[in-house]
Amino acid sequence: MDEGLRELYQDVILDHSRHPRHFGQLAHATHEGEGFNPLCGDRVKLYLKVDAANRIADIAFEGKGCAISQASASLMTEMLKGRTVEEAGMLMGGFLHLVKGEAAPGLAPRDRETLDVMAGVSAFPMRVKCATLAWHTMKSALEGGAAPAKTE
Amino acid sequence: MTAQPKRIHAGFDPAVVRKDFPILGREVYGKPLVYLDSAASAQKPQPVLDAMRAFAETDYANVHRGVHYLSAQATERYEAARETVRQFLNARHADEIVFTRNGTEAINLVSYSFLAPHIRSGDEIVLSVMEHHSNIVPWHFLRERQGAVLKWVDVRDDGALDIEALCAAIGPRTKLVAVTHMSNVLGTVTPLKEIVARAHAMGVPVLADGCQGAVHEIVDVQALDVDFYAITGHKLYGPTGIGALYAKRAHLKAMRPFNGGGEMIGEVTRDRITYAPPPARFEAGTPPIMEAVGLAAAIGYLARFDRAEIAAHEQALLARARESLRDLNWVRVIGDAPGKGAILSFECNGMHAHDVATILDREGVAVRAGHHCAQPLMERFGVASTTRASFALYNTAAEVDALAQALFKARKILG
Repeated sequence: MDEGLRELYQDVILDHSRHPRHFGQLAHATHEGEGFNPLCGDRVKLYLKVDAANRIADIAFEGKGCAISQASASLMTEMLKGRTVEEAGMLMGGFLHLVKGEAAPGLAPRDRETLDVMAGVSAFPMRVKCATLAWHTMKSALEGGAAPAKTE
Repeated sequence: MTAQPKRIHAGFDPAVVRKDFPILGREVYGKPLVYLDSAASAQKPQPVLDAMRAFAETDYANVHRGVHYLSAQATERYEAARETVRQFLNARHADEIVFTRNGTEAINLVSYSFLAPHIRSGDEIVLSVMEHHSNIVPWHFLRERQGAVLKWVDVRDDGALDIEALCAAIGPRTKLVAVTHMSNVLGTVTPLKEIVARAHAMGVPVLADGCQGAVHEIVDVQALDVDFYAITGHKLYGPTGIGALYAKRAHLKAMRPFNGGGEMIGEVTRDRITYAPPPARFEAGTPPIMEAVGLAAAIGYLARFDRAEIAAHEQALLARARESLRDLNWVRVIGDAPGKGAILSFECNGMHAHDVATILDREGVAVRAGHHCAQPLMERFGVASTTRASFALYNTAAEVDALAQALFKARKILG
């Protein structure tokens, strides 16, 4: 099989897209965000519960879209649970570098390893926005913006 | 430089036709290009490329301005292109053809110059749910800004337009019916002549979006009696940056200007202004001159063929594709209206269109995935997006088979 495709649709990604983690709504969410990619119609709705210590105590998402966008959202929820809001921002910064094929020096080795499964998308420039949708949604949810996050 | 129908291909042979399209010889990812996205934009034959280049190399200047030799030459070519489009659509007069940037601009021109001045709150525009956004958003503008009401006409489950529903939607306050000639998603061909006759019987003019229709159907605007017909060059094997609006002379004469600038004026003083007669009134600024030459060459290229043979070839490709997908219970074709054109939209069970298209792409197969600028239609069929293969005169049976093969591969990876 095409090496790039194998990298893009690796088992971890397909597993996340078929069996998304933290899928559903969250009662008593402190933050909510909606992401929409006008190019393809993919949607992500994100629910976060941030505690007094500024820590993401719980997180959930709902969405409809391609394997990449759904896997990315699922993977993100796994990573962010238990992290502080500040850490979430750092992870996002590193992730945005990775999916563009750039170095991400700010990432801890363990996080880098987890996020690396998404790095294959860097060989598919038309698909990078699929991968970043959930992260942009997270950012806009935490910033409390009223407008849905967009990839455009 | 008019399009003289002269048959140089005896019998239609896609293998011969392909030689006219240089890009079709290239590879992507080390595999032969299988270009099944002509409904988004068609590839350009050598005669179009040659005509534009030769024009730029020998005859180019601005039009309708200079008294110098080249300007006269360029003006002649530009106006000859208008005459070529007139013939192509069988309009009565060349001055009923307005050059635009694309089909979208042609429809916006009608919205702004024809309809907007007469729209009062509560007036209605009737349109089908299978319109492209270019035939939706200009009417939404009139809803937002002037209180127009959009009356949506549904399609049947097979994608056919329900003409009775369309006529039933026309009321005393309907100011326009805006409908596609051929759906860019479903391939549905609408019964335009009947729509026009019945709308006219109720005193309502009709605009047809012909961006797909003009590629696959033989258009005769006089026989159709349609009021407005919009086309775009780049889907017709011509260049980007040019389209055209056909409009009946009486409508054009009554329409207010669109953009303001050079070319479109009669006289400009400090205190008053008069406008040029149509079509110049609607062609402000330096027009797409080279592109007009290219469009004329594209129409001339099509005129070399028997259009019925092209249509038969495209239909054969569509039938082959339908046949190869028929037994796949994980593929659902959307749009199966009788007499539909060579556009095939489908959904793959459990696989998102963008993932499918990415895998097809790596097999060299270029298809469109997404909402195809037709979100109300996606909503109608309960899908977020579809994968779309569209067939053109240069596609082959082997390419249809490559599509089916690549779909199996997508299924293997994602299914």
